[in-house]
Amino acid sequence: MSAPITEKKGGFDIRELKNLFGGGGSLKQFGILGALVVIILFFQIWTGGKTLQPGNIINIVQQYSYILILAIGMVMVIIAGHIDLSVGSVAAFTGIIVALSMKDWAFPWWAAILLGLVVGGLIGAWQGFWVAYVGVPAFIVTLAGMLIWRGGNQFIGDSATVPVPQDFQVIGKGYLPEIGPNLGFNNLTMLLGLIVVLILIGLEVRGRRTRKVMGASANAVWISVLRVVILGGVVMVAAYLFATGRVGTSFPISGIILVLLVVAYSFLTNNTIIGRHIYAVGGNKHAAELSGVNSKRVNFFVMMNMSVLAALAGMIFVARSQASGPFDGTGWELDAIAAVFIGGAAVSGGIGTVAGSIIGGLVMAVLSNGLALKGISSDLVQIIKGLVLLIAVGVDVFNKTQGRPSIIGLMTRKDKGGQAPTDDTTSTQVTPGGGTPDTAVPADLPK
Amino acid sequence: MEQGLDSAPTILEMRSITKEFPGVKALDNVSLSVKASEIHAICGENGAGKSTLMKVLSGVYPFGTYEGDIVYEGKTVRFKDIKSSEAAGIVIIHQELALIPELSITENIFLGNEPGRGGVINWVEAQKEATQLLARVGLDDDPDTQVKNIGVGKQQLVEIAKALNKNVKLLILDEPTAALNENDSQHLLDLILGLKSKGISSIMISHKLNEIEQIADQITIIRDGKSIETLNVKADGVDEDRIIRGMVGRTLGNRFPEHTAEIGEVFFEVRDWNVQHPLTAERMVVKNSSFTVRRGEVVGFAGLMGAGRTELAMSLFGRSYGKFLSGHVYKDGKEIKLRTVAEAIDHGIAYVSEDRKALGLNLLDTIKRSIVSAKLRKISKGDVVNEIQEAQISEEYRKSLRIKTPTVEEGVTKLSGGNQQKVVLAKWMFTDPDLLILDEPTRGIDVGAKAEIYGIIRDLAAQGKGIIMISSELPELLGVSDRIYTIFEGKITNELPVAQADPETLMRSMTSSSQKVVA
Repeated sequence: MSAPITEKKGGFDIRELKNLFGGGGSLKQFGILGALVVIILFFQIWTGGKTLQPGNIINIVQQYSYILILAIGMVMVIIAGHIDLSVGSVAAFTGIIVALSMKDWAFPWWAAILLGLVVGGLIGAWQGFWVAYVGVPAFIVTLAGMLIWRGGNQFIGDSATVPVPQDFQVIGKGYLPEIGPNLGFNNLTMLLGLIVVLILIGLEVRGRRTRKVMGASANAVWISVLRVVILGGVVMVAAYLFATGRVGTSFPISGIILVLLVVAYSFLTNNTIIGRHIYAVGGNKHAAELSGVNSKRVNFFVMMNMSVLAALAGMIFVARSQASGPFDGTGWELDAIAAVFIGGAAVSGGIGTVAGSIIGGLVMAVLSNGLALKGISSDLVQIIKGLVLLIAVGVDVFNKTQGRPSIIGLMTRKDKGGQAPTDDTTSTQVTPGGGTPDTAVPADLPK
Repeated sequence: MEQGLDSAPTILEMRSITKEFPGVKALDNVSLSVKASEIHAICGENGAGKSTLMKVLSGVYPFGTYEGDIVYEGKTVRFKDIKSSEAAGIVIIHQELALIPELSITENIFLGNEPGRGGVINWVEAQKEATQLLARVGLDDDPDTQVKNIGVGKQQLVEIAKALNKNVKLLILDEPTAALNENDSQHLLDLILGLKSKGISSIMISHKLNEIEQIADQITIIRDGKSIETLNVKADGVDEDRIIRGMVGRTLGNRFPEHTAEIGEVFFEVRDWNVQHPLTAERMVVKNSSFTVRRGEVVGFAGLMGAGRTELAMSLFGRSYGKFLSGHVYKDGKEIKLRTVAEAIDHGIAYVSEDRKALGLNLLDTIKRSIVSAKLRKISKGDVVNEIQEAQISEEYRKSLRIKTPTVEEGVTKLSGGNQQKVVLAKWMFTDPDLLILDEPTRGIDVGAKAEIYGIIRDLAAQGKGIIMISSELPELLGVSDRIYTIFEGKITNELPVAQADPETLMRSMTSSSQKVVA
């Protein structure tokens, strides 16, 4: 019943373009990537070239790295079918404890960071316990957490601002140092760019090999080359921009932390057992449990992990603003959730990627930054951001109900279509007299 | 068309209804004729097409999605949804009751049909009418009672009251007594007869043949999506055996693989298995069941829907269903505990669920990820999944099971039912099981794919694995199994080597509680 595959023989077929970032690659949210490029170009023109100036992009990374870090944890929570509203408060709570540990107890910066991660872990274990083992919906547990940890921050810190020492500030304000000969740019930043390009090439080769093992027709070679050239080019241009900023600046330390986390969590979600289990539980909890997956443990893990990342984000923010305050992290949960959904995750769970969420977060970051550069007032910025969120997710939902995975699919669609979406309903409906005994499956609780 | 004895006018005529789903013809040229003030039963095995026919009639499948004509009260009708069929007086009461537990009886009766003006409900009016309607169905509960606080039998009556409120002329009941006890069933049947005397016709789908024999005027038998015959109960002197013959009377053909089973020792045994309904403490879904499986043997479990087959299987598989009360499981002579699914998998037990979409697969996933999902450890080092191995293994299964797909990277939703089922089988074969429990392995699959699945089942048995095959299709049980157990109301009622089994004997053991002593 699968649609006949009409492969065009030879040559350059524009429809293969849809494989450029779909298919074997990890970036399934090509539509959003395209939107990011369009938004960047738009602001680049509108602001007369200010958007892509080194100083500005460095600023964007420093200013949004903590939101993007939250988005990494949030996408995993959302894939598993939950939500976390407490991240801003958790960040603030951790921030004040870390700041006080250095001020009052003379903790060195590294011990303070460790303490912060432990605090995040404990908070996460608390929330995970309620979600996974008691069965309270995460919305409620984290709504409570939002109040508890915000209040905790203000109680402990006496609603005052607590400064943090210089050496701690590096994780929020620091840059890659200057090393080696003076070549007119920051050497380490360019080196970082090269490493990323090499990783991209490695992933592409690996992907092609996997497809070959499956006997699947790999994408045309020109697609692979084009993909590496485009992505690699973007990375190197970006690296060059970061490397040629104001003297003393380069790629921010918080950006390094972000990149490492993106790589690590992309690997975790795609290539490890726990990662697969998160998708399984979010996609079909009953099927996952009948495959031997311990869904409680999965839920506990995603909630705990989220709080650890929130703690990290909180510390980076405190480091950047040089002090912990009573209103740190207000509204972060909404930015992080927006990033995840713009990045193609599904409200019902089971769908989403780390890479997509980062791109979604960057869309919001570039948008806010560009509007700020043009001096648009913050009331209008909020309205615009709200509309962007709604439209982005609306387009995504529309595409999905039409059985199309992405915007590029929409553009390259030539056939009559209508095949894929109906397939889905086939076999449940052809079991007329049948159906499960409705008692066998407990009705799924609304999430 | 024969008109029967009396000359009551025909209220409904469905002519040559054909309904296709991609890949499967669910209804093929089905005709049905119902007279006014008649109780018309529709009989057939699970999957024969009864419910699909009723969904066509009630507008669940709107006009245009099927072929053929529906003539109702002398006019050709084209229902576009349930609302339009209800407006014409055709009301369907589904097997799963559509009542809202948290609302009161009155609120449920008038849901979607609230009396009042401009969106404001006239509760006094509603209350008054509800009391009258409840009296008509013989229910004397306070209409303010929440529906969750009355039993299933009474809920069924509320459904009928709801239908009466819609001025029903033709009532469709899908397995109305499936969840009811003896008393409630009798009450319901009497009520249907009472409605008949007031001129309301009923179409009733039921597996309980004694009930049909008791109240039906005519019986239409559907088999494999075709209407086979219409029997007049009184004129034709129809009894249960006659209905059974109509339901199962098809030639088996050679859809089933030739095989000579090499059956080994008993290696899996269940003794005195008792399971309680997960919510209702007094309801036992599996009662004192004991059975054995030998190596290389395909053991069939025959039972109608709700008999407890799935419940038995799922409660064995890591207590995935109900509340475990007592019982023992032995494998290779040793008692084993199967408290979680993970434990069951580790003991070499696999369960292929009857509901592929809800319980068997993560529909958002790709084929290759689905295939390895029940035993990721097998291809992982530490906690890292080896994707190359994953691709190789799923590719091997694609070839050996002939899963029709361009690549295993494809999402499982893109596959037809038969190919999805092969993915589920691959998923469980990948766990290296000794015992495979296959629950309705060919449900919703076209004939060609069925034959392939049968082949796979026999191959697995030939490799020395034990297979439990649960099915409502007797021909496939007879064609594939080596030995068959029958289940009725949670009890094992019979055990027969396939050579001694025939459809009539099985159907009798599946529909009566008279416990035959098992040798």
